[in-house]
Amino acid sequence: MKRITAVLATVLALTLSACGTDSDPLAGESAAPGKPGAVTVGSANFAESELLAEIYSQALEADKITVTRKFNIGARELYLKALQDGSIDLLPEYNGALLSALSTGGAPQGVSSPDAVLTALKKVLPAGTEVLEQSSAEDKDTLTVTAETAAKHNLKTIEDLKPVAGQLTIGAGPEWAERYQGLKGLKEVYGVEFKEFKPLDAGGPLTVNALKGGDIDVANIFSTDSSIVTNKFVVLEDPKDLYLAENIIPLIRTTANNPTVTAALNAVSAKLTTENLTRYLAQVQVDKKDVKTVAKAFLTENGLI
Amino acid sequence: MNFTYLLDPAHWEFGAAGGIPQLILSHLGYTVLALLIGAVIALPVGLYIGHTGRGSFLAINAGNAGRSLPTLGLLMLMVTLLGLGLLPVLIALTVLVVPPILTSAYAGMRSLDQRVIDAARGMGMRPWQVLTRVELPMALPVLFGGFRSAALQVVATATVAASVGLGGLGRLLIDGLAVNDYSRVLAGAIVVAVLAVLVDLFLASIQRWIVSPGLKGTS
Amino acid sequence: MIQYLTNNADTIWLALQEHIVLALLPVLFGFVIAVPLGYLAVRYRWLYQPLINTFGVLYSIPSLALFVFLPVVLGTKVLSPVNIVVALTVYTVALLARTVADGLRSVDPVVVQAATAMGYRPLRRLTGVELPIALPVVLAGLRVATVSNISLVSVGALIGIGGLGQLFTRGFQLFYVEPILVGIILSVLLAGLADLAIVLVQRAVTPWTRAA
Repeated sequence: MKRITAVLATVLALTLSACGTDSDPLAGESAAPGKPGAVTVGSANFAESELLAEIYSQALEADKITVTRKFNIGARELYLKALQDGSIDLLPEYNGALLSALSTGGAPQGVSSPDAVLTALKKVLPAGTEVLEQSSAEDKDTLTVTAETAAKHNLKTIEDLKPVAGQLTIGAGPEWAERYQGLKGLKEVYGVEFKEFKPLDAGGPLTVNALKGGDIDVANIFSTDSSIVTNKFVVLEDPKDLYLAENIIPLIRTTANNPTVTAALNAVSAKLTTENLTRYLAQVQVDKKDVKTVAKAFLTENGLI
Repeated sequence: MNFTYLLDPAHWEFGAAGGIPQLILSHLGYTVLALLIGAVIALPVGLYIGHTGRGSFLAINAGNAGRSLPTLGLLMLMVTLLGLGLLPVLIALTVLVVPPILTSAYAGMRSLDQRVIDAARGMGMRPWQVLTRVELPMALPVLFGGFRSAALQVVATATVAASVGLGGLGRLLIDGLAVNDYSRVLAGAIVVAVLAVLVDLFLASIQRWIVSPGLKGTS
Repeated sequence: MIQYLTNNADTIWLALQEHIVLALLPVLFGFVIAVPLGYLAVRYRWLYQPLINTFGVLYSIPSLALFVFLPVVLGTKVLSPVNIVVALTVYTVALLARTVADGLRSVDPVVVQAATAMGYRPLRRLTGVELPIALPVVLAGLRVATVSNISLVSVGALIGIGGLGQLFTRGFQLFYVEPILVGIILSVLLAGLADLAIVLVQRAVTPWTRAA
């Protein structure tokens, strides 16, 4: 009951203050020096992002930082706005995708190694935000097809799609229609134009099932998704590096950051690898284990809490 | 936020995939199908309950019970269980339209003046004739009210179909949101609202046309 | 499902609380706004039709669109619960203003005249005579508004704030039925309870309707 009253009071306060001012009565707390601080953690609308956000949250909580969770916000286009207006302070990001989203016309040419991406990324970050250390764990956007489709059209790389794409349907999150690392980049970098684009979800079960069921021929699935192995899907190679290094990296508002927060998140990044991320993600996606439980197992097994 | 997306003629090209006319058509398609299926299920049940008075409790409470089912949840549940396709959307939307139609069919029948029915019987009408020639025509104004509010609800709610990868005007909302194009979201909202008004006007004119002149002014 | 419930009790409990606040605050605000509006629509008859039409159009704006626009219009943050509260308040007002007006119109003019003759001033007459008589109609509208608000909140999950709706999107992202089912069941139960509460209030405050 106490909690209900607290939530009620917050909403009332927000409602009343909303008309007059833009300032959030709660925003100031996090910057107070000497205190461990308070961080609002957000996530994108797919399972891996939520798992990573939960790992960050629990790691911060272990260091006595007050965490508010606002997960499952939406695509990058939406959550970056939430980050910039202070609705959230921290997000798990992917260095290459973030770089591509923040640079007009896609990522700069010739930038593909994790370090080069990070250097380039730091130059284009929105004011008031910063990234911490990146992990070695990578999760790329991929173009993935079924084994039958790969055999039928002899597909190995995205380049091979060019002659046949006119007969094929591609499925991805709706944001792909406009993203450079989506239809735009595919056309510009590879000259690939599909017959039809079906807006589904961000590498989630809709996309996977649509690919399995033949509703689409090519799917954007994340490389850490265990369904690729389970369904013997074929991931098309990306020789022209449209999808750059995609290392997982915390993106944080400077006002919410402090040495305790940095240390906790860098410790997480140091332990994250593509292999362990894939393994823990499968516990969420395949075994349907609770994100909290899986995050806790990750942190415990890696000696982080 | 501006009207660029709405006013761009390229988005109004007829037959273009993802164009507004095509989205309107698929949106109307979901709406009409859901209303038809809903009416086929709800009308006989509502009329029967209203006619006989048996099961009134069900009819009275169906309205609020049905309204309390969250359409988004139902839709996501159906897609999770049945996979992609039209069927999950139709089920979720039909569940939305059954309660108002059922309740209004019931209310329409109950609102009748018992003396009129007695008079019809006295004139030698058989039960079937009483139902089709007296009760049904007289219940129409109330019944139609329920049908119109069901239609309004479906037009506004069919937008959720886009959140599970289907078409309809919700695409403008979901895609606009995903690519941060508010002009497109605004276009979606306006087109849906206008469509709702047009559908309602259309149904109102049908109502004027089929409701017996003798009943005008009573509703 | 039991396992899902026990493993996620915290999350579910938080989502439920958020849901309650997001759905019921607008009912409160909407009621407070709708009563004077409905009164005006009766007092100044020419207002009735335009008001009803405006609210009809407002009501047909998809909730998702409203949730997305309000930050732009109000200058609120995109994840602020205020957006949901304001949007649902708009729907509540759209629904209730009409019922309030219809309820007041249904008051027998003879009763109003009698009250006036007894010396009731307009405001006292409204609160002491007309509103109580209109109450059954108004409360019926309130039931509809409350129940549909509870169901609408979940749409907010598509933009990251949606109470129990978060269970829908979460389950949907994993093709995992349990969270969705739990969300639906809790949402329906909540609506049922709120509905029942209003019915009980109605019985308590309008004892004369039962005597009839």
